[in-house]
Amino acid sequence: MSRLRIHTKDQAQVTMETLYADLERRIVASPPGLCSVDLVSSFIKMCLAQSCGKCVPCRVGLDQLVKLFESVLNGQATMETLDVIELTATTIYESADCAIGFEAARMVLKCLEGCRDDFESHIKENRCVCNSNQPVPCVALCPAGVDIPGYIALVAQERYADAVRLIRKDNPMPVVCALICEHPCENRCKRTMVDAPVNIRGMKRVAVDMAGDVPIPECAPATGKKVAVVGGGPGGLSAAYYLSLMGHQVTIYEQRKKLGGMLRYGIPNYRLPRERLDREIASILSAGIEVKTEISVGKDISMMDLKNQYDAIYIAIGAHTDKKVGMEGEDAKGVLSAVEMLREIGDDKLPDYSGKKVVVIGGGNVAMDVARSSMRLGADKVSIVYRRCKTDMTALREEIEGAEAEGCEIMELKAPVRIEKDEEGCVKSLVVQPQMISTIRGGRPSPKNANCPEENIECDLIIVAIGQGIESKSFEDFGISVKRGAIDALDSSEIADAPGIFAGGDCVSGPATVIRAIAAGKVAAANIDEYLGFHHEIVSDVDIPAPEFTDKKPCGRVELPFRDSSERKQDFEPIELSMSCEEACQEAGRCLRCDYYGYGSFRGGRVERW
Amino acid sequence: MVNLHINDIPVQAKEGTSILAAAKSAGINIPTLCFLEEINEIGACRVCVVEVEGMERCVTACNNEVKEGMRVYTHSRKARMVRKTNVKLILSQHNFQCATCVRSGNCELQKLATDLNITDMPYEIHPEEKPVNKDFPLIRDSSKCIKCMRCVQVCDKIQGMNVWDVVNTGARTTVDVAGGQTIECSDCTLCGQCIVNCPVGALRERDDVGKVLSAVEDPEKITIVQIAPAVRTAWGEELGVEREIASEKRLVGSLRKIGFDYIFDTNFSADLTIMEEGTEFLTRLPEIQEKKFPMFTSCCPGWVSFLRTKYPQYVSRLSTAKSPQQMFGAIAKTYYADMLGVDSSKIFVVSLMPCVAKKRERTLEGMDSAGTGSDVDAVLTTREVGRLLKAYYIKPETVAEEDFDGPLGVHSGAGVIFGATGGVMEAALRTAYKVVTGENPQPDMFQYVRGLEGLKEAEIDLNGTKIRIAIVSGLKNAEKLMERLDKGEVTYDFVEVMACPGGCVNGGGQPIHEGGADVVERSNVLYDLDVQNAIRFSHENPEIDACYKNFLEKPLSHKSHELLHVSYEGKH
Repeated sequence: MSRLRIHTKDQAQVTMETLYADLERRIVASPPGLCSVDLVSSFIKMCLAQSCGKCVPCRVGLDQLVKLFESVLNGQATMETLDVIELTATTIYESADCAIGFEAARMVLKCLEGCRDDFESHIKENRCVCNSNQPVPCVALCPAGVDIPGYIALVAQERYADAVRLIRKDNPMPVVCALICEHPCENRCKRTMVDAPVNIRGMKRVAVDMAGDVPIPECAPATGKKVAVVGGGPGGLSAAYYLSLMGHQVTIYEQRKKLGGMLRYGIPNYRLPRERLDREIASILSAGIEVKTEISVGKDISMMDLKNQYDAIYIAIGAHTDKKVGMEGEDAKGVLSAVEMLREIGDDKLPDYSGKKVVVIGGGNVAMDVARSSMRLGADKVSIVYRRCKTDMTALREEIEGAEAEGCEIMELKAPVRIEKDEEGCVKSLVVQPQMISTIRGGRPSPKNANCPEENIECDLIIVAIGQGIESKSFEDFGISVKRGAIDALDSSEIADAPGIFAGGDCVSGPATVIRAIAAGKVAAANIDEYLGFHHEIVSDVDIPAPEFTDKKPCGRVELPFRDSSERKQDFEPIELSMSCEEACQEAGRCLRCDYYGYGSFRGGRVERW
Repeated sequence: MVNLHINDIPVQAKEGTSILAAAKSAGINIPTLCFLEEINEIGACRVCVVEVEGMERCVTACNNEVKEGMRVYTHSRKARMVRKTNVKLILSQHNFQCATCVRSGNCELQKLATDLNITDMPYEIHPEEKPVNKDFPLIRDSSKCIKCMRCVQVCDKIQGMNVWDVVNTGARTTVDVAGGQTIECSDCTLCGQCIVNCPVGALRERDDVGKVLSAVEDPEKITIVQIAPAVRTAWGEELGVEREIASEKRLVGSLRKIGFDYIFDTNFSADLTIMEEGTEFLTRLPEIQEKKFPMFTSCCPGWVSFLRTKYPQYVSRLSTAKSPQQMFGAIAKTYYADMLGVDSSKIFVVSLMPCVAKKRERTLEGMDSAGTGSDVDAVLTTREVGRLLKAYYIKPETVAEEDFDGPLGVHSGAGVIFGATGGVMEAALRTAYKVVTGENPQPDMFQYVRGLEGLKEAEIDLNGTKIRIAIVSGLKNAEKLMERLDKGEVTYDFVEVMACPGGCVNGGGQPIHEGGADVVERSNVLYDLDVQNAIRFSHENPEIDACYKNFLEKPLSHKSHELLHVSYEGKH
């Protein structure tokens, strides 16, 4: 008789493993706008199926919660039911023996607190506050609301110029976004339910690479109204573009030598080639926008002057000031901020880091940008020092992987303490305190000092990349409300008590993404147009191909390839390559056309004008 | 052209044709349920599923286009199995107590279940239960709703009222009044277009047949019927009778059998409306042309309701003339009561209307000018007329044609065309022409205002005075027109609006047909009656003349104002 056996999974277990994977992907692809009560009710039901059944609170309590939730959903509950739900969940949370029970109860308590309106609406009105009014997840999650299924269908038909025209209806910077957008659109792509999200940014990349120069639409007849845009970054450019199409005369005031804002002065050439950025800006300017560079509003021209000369003003100054760690020795020679470094590069001044050891402090995308740029400037060694773990970094995963592939070293769990200087006041080393990862606070694991001695990281240069601030002072002095350093604008871009003055983008939200700045510019353009007494509509005359119904059999996602890391780290040339037409067609064919199938065919498949 | 095979039969179809349409052109029928051409092509019910060679999963025929070389199988084992199961699933949430349903025998789901030979149900039956308000003219029974979304789409896309909406998600997804309102408090105009497009009995009008019969059976009551123009175009459809049999005179004969005391014609009061509204228009014309803002017709209560909720600032632009239904009620309970020598409280006026909104119109403020409660006591839709006749086992084929009673049954051909879009305008122009020029026009001179287009415009020369007119039907079209008028983009002098597309012949109270009614055929009935009528002008109706001579004096007289006019300004 054998005493022990090797466990092998039986058919059912293997099947269940695949079903768990299916469910995980399904949850990721949960469409926006669902009923929290209904969903959590289903979650508890699943938790109950996971219960071993030993303890009372989990076995019976979760079952009772399912019934209580059902009564809420069926309109049979009263407000007292909510008290019973809370009491039951609390009891399970307090007394279940294992996480199956107490974590299930914690979800219920969280939902009860965070989604109380949903519960009350079911009880009092017998209807849900939610409905499926966002049937196309990618469009719903794109801040600018770009018609994504539309342009993917056009790419599938190799109608690249039409794809660019369609994108421009909502986003005048298709090239920039094809190269560097963070693609929130992919987060809940319904295709994830089948296999993996569609490579949406990749589709846009193919469109802009293949389209050639696509002229912009004609502007509406001149209105005689003048609008000043303060700041020539993506937000300012977008607002200027749409306002010009609407027939208004727009002037952009930019304090630096060239337009582009953080696209030029924050993002290195290898991610966003200047020549492509310049072409995109030129096409936006072809709408007849006047540009005044190297004029700083607040210094060279006052807000009052602008107010007198223009019918409306859009403030889109971004977030360009650097933040200090606030540690001893930060004034040493050789310490600089990411903003300073990238700004120099943006004006084509490339410093020589040959033979230097560089330390980058920070874990965001900007930290990766400066680390990878340092590599390209010839640094001997680049270390990225971060307080938490690599998995906690806010940078995109592909950015971190790219930096590592190019030879940047990530030193996780090191908190900067002070900078040691040599006799000449130059950086000698960064002293760090090793950390251990600890409790989760605000949704993120927080580090604490590990019980071990400080360490010395020898280096010649320290680049601080821990965030940016907003130069809002001159606007505050003009009387515009500023909250925690940011301009206090409404979600309509209007500023309370300042008629005719609008603001949006990073200077309102704090440092964010290019697509959010573009979206803010679009919102501002629409509302400035209304403010000026017009109702111009931005439309696209591109007809969208009807979907080709084919079986949507599981199929891998095509990724955009990169140049080899050993080669690409030598220069600032673009690192990401495009995909072949064959790959693009296959990838476009993976789109499930939510604009046409499912709820899209009924409600909100497409916003044709705004 | 695209070449394909459907059930192994070669078929050619234009590019962009749906599989459903291509099959139909080849004589192959694919059943549908939620489908409503161009309005609701959302593939919700999954009844029109077909199998396409090379595809793993079924495809809906209603909203997928044909492709070159495609081989479609509409009744393969898989297609039939899936279709049948889907219908069973729909039935599992449908209250199919067909015996007590107004749509029994005219229900698309009932027909499907029979066609697909569904004889057993593997599922428990759980219709959605919600209290039903049976007092409101429009009734929604959620236990019968199959969530096809047609009502939502019709209200959004044709009428632009957005009264219905989808609420809740998941299994509890259902249709309800938008914005958390109740139907009673919503902006619903009671046009009834959702009812005539509902495939089942989830939406219906309040049944007033019982109320009418109580009056007929009450020996103290004198029951007077008025028959609206459009009713005579469609009443036979409800009874499954040929159009030739279902004449207006046979309707009169049928109703007499039930025991109504007098059977009159709303066409009489349509003629009266022309006299009042036409005179009003000519009186207001200088002001209209100065303000560059038209006068609107007021005979459609759906339109009046629309204007009152959406554009209250323009309510003063409505003609103050009451609708023919209300003018009839007021005259019946005054002029005719006097003729009969009875107290008006003894008179019970029943309107037979192609319309649900008329059920509410009779209760509006100012519609009680005879002084004994509502001038109109009950309104039956054409569908209820059908049910009334059925309940008496009246077979129209066996009923003789009879004439309307006099004097309120005498009418002109101008009065009868009120039931089609453009009819009110055409009738008014015939009389206005006479008033301005002193001569009658050729009766068909203005027939260019006929036709089913949503917006028709024309300029008319009345003895040197140029009159710009517009005719609109369907409230979405009305909204577009109002927006343009509001912005000053267009100017007209006189505008006719009917809430239902095509006018009253396609009213929300008319018989229901899968795929929609034949509006052209119904309209032609009216135009034929107009031509057959010896009198073609409202002002030549001798009984109208007599009514003015003996009672009202002249159009817009003090008495007319008392009885025949109403203003909605400042009213809620």
